[in-house]
Amino acid sequence: MKNIFKISVGFLIIAIAATSCNNSDSSKSKGALSSSAAEQVYVAPGEHDEFYAFLSGGFSGQLSVYGLPSGRLFKVIPVFSQDAEKAYGYNEETKPMLMTSFGEIPWGDAHHPDISQTNGVLDGRWIFINENNTPRIARIDLTTFETVEIIEIPNTAGNHSSSYVTDNTEYVIAGTRFSVPVPQRDMSIKDYKGNFKGALSFLKVDPDSGQMDLSFQILMPGFDYDKAHPGRGKSDGWFFYTTYNTEEANTLLEVNASQNDKDFIAAVNWKKAEEYIKAGKFKTMPAKYAHNIYNDETHSATTTWGTSVKVLDPAECPGLVYFLPTPKSPHGCDVDPTGEYIVGSGKLAASLTVHSFTKMLDAIKNEKFAGEAYGIPILNFEDVLAGTVEQPGLGPLHTEFDNKGNAYTTFFISSEVVKWKLGTWEILDRQPAFYSPGHLMIPGGNSQKPFGKYLVSLNKITKDRYLPTGPEVCQSAQLFDISGDKMKLLLDFPTIGEPHYAAGIPANLIAPKSKKIFKLADNKHPFATTSDADARVERDGNNVHIYMTTIRSHFNPDNIEGVKVGDKVYFHVTNLEQDYDVPHGVSMIGANTSEVLIMPGQTETFVWYPKQVGVWPFYCTDFCSALHQEMQGYIRVSPKNSNIELSWGLGED
Amino acid sequence: MKTLKILTLVFTLLILSCGGGEEKKESSKVKLKTQTTEKKTAVKKTTTKASETIDLTNKGVGPITSVTLGAEIDQAMATKGAEIYKKMCTACHKPTKKFIGPAPIGVLSRRTPEWIMNMILDPEDMVAKDPLAKKLLMEFNGSPMANQNLSEEEARAVLEYFRTLK
Repeated sequence: MKNIFKISVGFLIIAIAATSCNNSDSSKSKGALSSSAAEQVYVAPGEHDEFYAFLSGGFSGQLSVYGLPSGRLFKVIPVFSQDAEKAYGYNEETKPMLMTSFGEIPWGDAHHPDISQTNGVLDGRWIFINENNTPRIARIDLTTFETVEIIEIPNTAGNHSSSYVTDNTEYVIAGTRFSVPVPQRDMSIKDYKGNFKGALSFLKVDPDSGQMDLSFQILMPGFDYDKAHPGRGKSDGWFFYTTYNTEEANTLLEVNASQNDKDFIAAVNWKKAEEYIKAGKFKTMPAKYAHNIYNDETHSATTTWGTSVKVLDPAECPGLVYFLPTPKSPHGCDVDPTGEYIVGSGKLAASLTVHSFTKMLDAIKNEKFAGEAYGIPILNFEDVLAGTVEQPGLGPLHTEFDNKGNAYTTFFISSEVVKWKLGTWEILDRQPAFYSPGHLMIPGGNSQKPFGKYLVSLNKITKDRYLPTGPEVCQSAQLFDISGDKMKLLLDFPTIGEPHYAAGIPANLIAPKSKKIFKLADNKHPFATTSDADARVERDGNNVHIYMTTIRSHFNPDNIEGVKVGDKVYFHVTNLEQDYDVPHGVSMIGANTSEVLIMPGQTETFVWYPKQVGVWPFYCTDFCSALHQEMQGYIRVSPKNSNIELSWGLGED
Repeated sequence: MKTLKILTLVFTLLILSCGGGEEKKESSKVKLKTQTTEKKTAVKKTTTKASETIDLTNKGVGPITSVTLGAEIDQAMATKGAEIYKKMCTACHKPTKKFIGPAPIGVLSRRTPEWIMNMILDPEDMVAKDPLAKKLLMEFNGSPMANQNLSEEEARAVLEYFRTLK
């Protein structure tokens, strides 16, 4: 006994020695800092994060929802890509969401989420995000965190300078990155210059329903329109777009589109555009585009087809567009919260260019033009320049703002985030990012009211930051504390796809409005079974419709006979639960589609083709109660020529 | 000692529910069945099932502390209650026959109106805190009563409908 005691004491002493040794080690390096960083991002079990962050899923096509400061992933909202987990794009209800003029497309490239605003302040009603590859804009309802609308953008290719909202969400915009023949036609690529066009689209947003409508397009010269930002406050009514390839090169753009010393920021007066539309100064062009809308009462999406679009030619609409010369191949185009400064991040420039909105208006008023391009006036660089941030870093990409008059810019090549002062243009701080940040995000940082506590750097390269996972490593974001004079790196966290851009918002603006269930009484799905007494099976030729209900923990019906090889069987499953967090899932052996995951009060449908004679099971795929394992059923499949009548039941002897 | 008794009771109920009973017929190929049936009858002699227990004082746990029933059944309210019951409850409760959960027929002679409404309105709390509700959960295979988010007015109407079941 005594010996054991002695040994224990011995171990204890060694342990203390080792610990204190560690302590002295870490305090020498970054111990104090790292421990407080840990405290800053620690959200205790059961407690909630202060902010929601919506990160674009890039080439995953989706939108991910994270908590800040913890960096915890809550949900991946399927938007442009099918998602078997949620049956998005697989069940009969959501298939129309992925319809386009090119047919049904299972994938998209999601880029720039932007939250709706009222008076230039985040209102947390909807979030918009663009699809770059097959041009589309989606709207996600922030009460359900589900994609409720996707509209295709015609005359557009590479929908990149999108999907930003004006101060009162009057419009969400979409701009083409790749110029194309408009209308599309068979012509030589070599004849690009002067013949290709870049369409800037304005989608009107219904202030009550949020529904989008392709209001008009402005047909711009054949440049690449890269990024955009609405005017704020004093510059409300304008939209600014960065351009590159003003050289109008059609091959080896890596070299050929980097020749001009300056490209342009296009300043578009959208209030003027509204006047021209009202005055009938538009052309109507035929255009076929899909408009997909999901309805929360029918729990179903429908596609309608747009057939034409109103088009404005800036050469014929004086005062509509001006070009602000901006060095060199600018990417980010960012307007500060006051609306006065327009920051152009010339990717290949040595300094950051900031234009003044006031000076721009003066130059326009005095008609001080340096020339014109395709009938669009070009202003003098010096006349509109507010200032430059000298030698800030290499490869500036994107800028956001805090609520104290500071700007934060990512530098892709020198791999850092730089903080600088608006007005004095002095650099206040720089912190390395790991590695090569593209966009950054401050909650509300592109609005009139930023919440300047955290900054998320969305990095393009991860390399050695995490355990390796083969040749493909995770995508990554980094959280900085920007509440003090110096930025402080708090956390690395992995993301899905490539996080091009993100939008953040205080949780208390969204969480209280989050929907918990769908009311059965409001269920208007054409195949809903809102009362258990109506559970049934109907045959219509080769189509068999199963009107099925679920509740913990059984299906009604759970025994079905009279189904035949060659039938097309529709499972229309209604979840009769009316309690929070009780979804049921269901799938059928051999179904050539995903499970459906049905929220309380919702109806979803999947199709199953019985191919083999026998008795085949289906079951609940989402653990719902202690008796979840018992939640199963059988379908008897008879030969095609069998004359067994349809019958069904639950709990009968 | 008391805990031990409760534990034994819970345990035996568990065994009992495991046996299942009514679904399995004589044709069952599982040999163990006869044994559990014997146990079941043995247990039955000494305890009353939760569903058969009569407790007309316990008001349960939840938002309802007092309900006044009219001398006569309010037919309009009962009709409304029947509609709500059909939509929201029949997936688990048949009016006169045990199904997933117990049948509501005659429930007013076994339970207080308050207990019934609390069970409808806040089954989670009832099952966690009310001893009788806890036992019922075990008796019905641990199948939880779903909270169907009825309003108090709707639950009251369902209660009135229960009065009509004979």
